[in-house]
Amino acid sequence: MAANPMTQFEVYRIGPEIKIGAFDISFTNASLFMVVSSLAILIIFNLGSKKNYMFPNKIQLLAELSFTFVSKMINDTAGSKAKPYFSFIFSLFMFVLFCNMFGMIPYTFTVTSHIIVTFVLASFIFIGVTIIGFIKHGFGYLKLFVPSGVPIVLLPLIVVIEIISYLSRPISLSVRLFANMMAGHTMMKVFGGFVVSLGIVGGWLPLSFSVALTGLEILVAFLQAYVFAILTCIYLNDALNLHH
Amino acid sequence: MIKKIFFQSIFLNFFFIEVFAAESEGMPQLNPEFWISQIFWLSLTFGILYIVLSKLILPKISANLELRKSQIQENIEAAERLRENSEIKLKEYDSIILDSKSKAKNIFKDAREKVLKDINFKKETLDKQINEEIQKAEKEIEILHTGARDKINKIAIETSSQLLKKLIGADVNHSSISAIVNDLSKKNGDKYYGN
Repeated sequence: MAANPMTQFEVYRIGPEIKIGAFDISFTNASLFMVVSSLAILIIFNLGSKKNYMFPNKIQLLAELSFTFVSKMINDTAGSKAKPYFSFIFSLFMFVLFCNMFGMIPYTFTVTSHIIVTFVLASFIFIGVTIIGFIKHGFGYLKLFVPSGVPIVLLPLIVVIEIISYLSRPISLSVRLFANMMAGHTMMKVFGGFVVSLGIVGGWLPLSFSVALTGLEILVAFLQAYVFAILTCIYLNDALNLHH
Repeated sequence: MIKKIFFQSIFLNFFFIEVFAAESEGMPQLNPEFWISQIFWLSLTFGILYIVLSKLILPKISANLELRKSQIQENIEAAERLRENSEIKLKEYDSIILDSKSKAKNIFKDAREKVLKDINFKKETLDKQINEEIQKAEKEIEILHTGARDKINKIAIETSSQLLKKLIGADVNHSSISAIVNDLSKKNGDKYYGN
């Protein structure tokens, strides 16, 4: 195998080059795993919603538990006003979760380990939330930057800080997911490389690390998807229920 | 089988590409070569995923959950109704039992009263009869009582006249003896006859 732990993040073309105008939209390994993740989600949830048993079977239970899990998460963080955005947050959570989880299978590609993917998702959320905020509250949405109960003297400073923190939301959201996935996978690759280079004598220690890291990474894969979804809910909550 | 082909194709692709890609340096994430492609495919797959989930699958799951919830609710309500019915029936049964108990008590009471009345009536008539008998007997005793004095006086007169005859040897006037006897019996009557 290649010694460079970053080669697992390489994107390469599968099939012919497709171009629309000046843009290269070829089908790549990243595209393949986006399609695979989406298809897996659709197949699982389609099977889980096909028949309604009084006592759900396993796949139905899985689908319904995911449904209630996300529904509860949204209700707890953003309240009942966020009901119309349930489908979006559910799709988002499932997409990120499945991309992360498919990335945990050896020799696969992790879609969410690419900053461009997470950044597009995060900026879409950011722009969407901002538009929702302005639609719901008009220019009153700008009150978000003026916290109540702050002394007048500190107000200019606070407003600047609030604006910067608001604008950095898409960056923090995207970098968090991307960096977590990339770091985890790089670590696993590095320990895997150690196993190979130390051989049958010394390879057992990094192997055990590798095993432990796999468990940790599966946890992180779930946790990051959850964090991504719950932060989206929190941003949505800011836009729907203006507290300041 | 399909799974096998699918994974083999992925693995072969990886082996194939890594030979060529190993030379590039730094983070592949920052190489903008496939950014547009990634954005395009992300929008496409996520868009389709979102539309299919929100239009077809999630409403179905939601409906399933609602249906199950309402079914459970209905069952609970039906159970509640049945329980209430059974309680009502139980109350009816209790009241019927109470009613019949009180009825039985009344019947018993009536019967007892009737029997007592009968007994009393019979007792009274019996008493009356007994009283009558007693009175009759008393009357007879009275008659005998009054009769007894005269007989005793007669006997006394006869005996005294005969005694006098034996003693004196002559008849004494009957009427004078009876006058003496009567006088004596009147004087000492209390002594001999009581009242």
